[in-house]
Amino acid sequence: MITKRIDFKKNSVQALANPKLKKALVNFTDRSRASRKKAVSEISEWEDLRLEARRIKEQVIKDLDSYLLELEESITRVGGKVHWAKDAEEASKIVATIAKENNVRNVVKSKSMATEEIELNKYLISRGINTVETDLGEYIVQLCNDHPFHIITPAIHKTKEDISKLFSEKFGVPEYEEPQKLANIARKELREKFLSADMGISGVNFAVAETGTIAIVENEGNARLATTYPDIHVAIMGIEKIVPKFEQLSIFLSLLARSATGQKSSTYVSLITGPRREGERDGPRQFHLVFLDNGRSQIAKSEETKESLYCIRCGACINICPIYRQVGGHSYGWVYSGPIGAVITPQLNDLNKTADLPFVSSLCGACRDVCPVKIDFPHVFLSLRQKIIEQAREKPNPREFMEKIAFWIWGTVFSKPFYYNFMGKIMFFLQCFYRKDNELQRLPYPFSKWTRDKNFPAFSKNPFRERWKKKYQVKGKAPR
Amino acid sequence: MVMGSLEKGERIHLFISCLVDNFFPEVGEAILRVFSNIGLEIEFPKDQTCCGQPAFNSGHRKEAYKVACHFLDVFDKKNGAIVCPSGSCVSMVKNYYAELFRNDPEKLSRVEKISSNIYEFSEFVFQKKESLNLNSAYRGKVTFHDSCHALRELGISSQPRELIKSLRGIELVEMDMADACCGFGGTFSIKYPEVSKSMLQEKTDSIINSGADAVVSTDMGCLMNIKGLVSRKKLPVKVFHLAELIAFEYPK
Repeated sequence: MITKRIDFKKNSVQALANPKLKKALVNFTDRSRASRKKAVSEISEWEDLRLEARRIKEQVIKDLDSYLLELEESITRVGGKVHWAKDAEEASKIVATIAKENNVRNVVKSKSMATEEIELNKYLISRGINTVETDLGEYIVQLCNDHPFHIITPAIHKTKEDISKLFSEKFGVPEYEEPQKLANIARKELREKFLSADMGISGVNFAVAETGTIAIVENEGNARLATTYPDIHVAIMGIEKIVPKFEQLSIFLSLLARSATGQKSSTYVSLITGPRREGERDGPRQFHLVFLDNGRSQIAKSEETKESLYCIRCGACINICPIYRQVGGHSYGWVYSGPIGAVITPQLNDLNKTADLPFVSSLCGACRDVCPVKIDFPHVFLSLRQKIIEQAREKPNPREFMEKIAFWIWGTVFSKPFYYNFMGKIMFFLQCFYRKDNELQRLPYPFSKWTRDKNFPAFSKNPFRERWKKKYQVKGKAPR
Repeated sequence: MVMGSLEKGERIHLFISCLVDNFFPEVGEAILRVFSNIGLEIEFPKDQTCCGQPAFNSGHRKEAYKVACHFLDVFDKKNGAIVCPSGSCVSMVKNYYAELFRNDPEKLSRVEKISSNIYEFSEFVFQKKESLNLNSAYRGKVTFHDSCHALRELGISSQPRELIKSLRGIELVEMDMADACCGFGGTFSIKYPEVSKSMLQEKTDSIINSGADAVVSTDMGCLMNIKGLVSRKKLPVKVFHLAELIAFEYPK
């Protein structure tokens, strides 16, 4: 939960001042865009898959309650237990209680944005339960006491050199340069953790209502190990992750892998249906599934923005976003970044504290074009902006008040041709203090924000409407 | 009305957009030259102002509504195509008026009529290519910047490029990431000027690296932004609206 207002401007200015970060972002976004593009072009039915996935998601969010009940029934049938959590606190408490009841000391975690959202690690560690991230990127982030920079690739802001230094500090090894050696160190450290763990925590990519199967997608094998080796498996899912039918999974698995990493399929796709059954020799003895609401059921009720819940967390919108490419993940102030962060963070938190985010878009629409479930991001941004402005109307801060006045004047002037013409003349005279070579190079606040970096065009002495009247109107058409 | 059925001498209605009207009237004159060259009769509804997009995109729906109502009053009695040199304004009318007027059935039916009748400059001229004089006086290499709303909300990408390629003496070279946003985004560029500038810097780098001596686009919003940095930094590249390139004349 966000407690302090997210100041995107401050965060982004800080990020922009870091040239090393910019280089990493350009490299990363170039690579991921290219691999996605290639993977998508390989299958001719891509558009059909997107449409079908969107249709399924619309259906799920529309009847979310009944699908959740169906999923609970299926999970219970296969020997698992479902827990309903209305918010972060409740979800964390559920996990801690399961741990306490089973005398759990060591937990291994696979990557999960839902657990980042509820800050589960902090909660468990503060209660004396050792909790270790096992996805390499998340492990690095945890070692530095940092936050994920991206929902799929959490440590892209760290260079090879950063990691080499970090491992050397933490594990007393030399500062290796080769990535392979660094990976081996992490592997060795993590192997110990897996072997001593008595509980594994995972997220959920998709949960099939009819069978009670959860699907977990990954590339390192750590999620498979974390969900099979320890005696207890606790999975945490945002309630929107449901897929009604087992056969529909293939659509989503294909969309996710190609959109996220440009793979045909992720290296590991684990389909887990309940705990170890009688006569089976391995697998966890207990399987718990936590349904995390944390504001989602409210989003589902909003006609205008409920499509935010169709998201399958592939990160394609982040990778294509020209703004993320400049400022990276931490500027967005919470666990979700890029366009998807800018639309769901304000909806899962206090809108007043997150009101910067829906304005962090030039409405270019690149995110909408790549989204595998066709979320109309500009539409959601526009609805949230309207909501923010209308809320702020009642008790505006000074900046909002100024903006309100400015748009009131604008609306009055631009809806009356007489005022509009008159404004053109006034502006032409007012600008004479600033004009140079028919451009404006230094304007007063707030336009100074523009003229600090670039010139602004001058109001023309003869705007088009005047030229038309003088030169062309008589003849009714322009000269050849 | 099917656009292709426009006969010579038929009337079109010009929606010039507030940016061209106030800041870039020479672009408006270039558009007149292109249209009269094709043989179209042009009407300029004199009471026009703006489509309402700046307020709509900033969340100020009440003000957007007011200005959009005025737009409807000015344009909805017109028969014949409405043409506008900005994909962003056309998209506002075509794609977002329905949302702005959703609680107003009377206006919605007027919106429907206008939406099916409004065209962005390059898509319109492309349809009339056969009658267009392709002897631009400009000589050199140009690169094309896709404006986001023309590209992604109106599906315009090949038409302006085909037009440029068919002009004699002009070579089209593609820049890297021609479809990336230039960082304008209306009030976005004032709310987050640092981020906007960083996006724009990348765009002008792409333009310069393409080796072109001019950048061409179809939306004065993007071009105002690009031009702003080009002239501040005195970058060696000219900035044109497509209409200016087609109807290029040496200064008299």
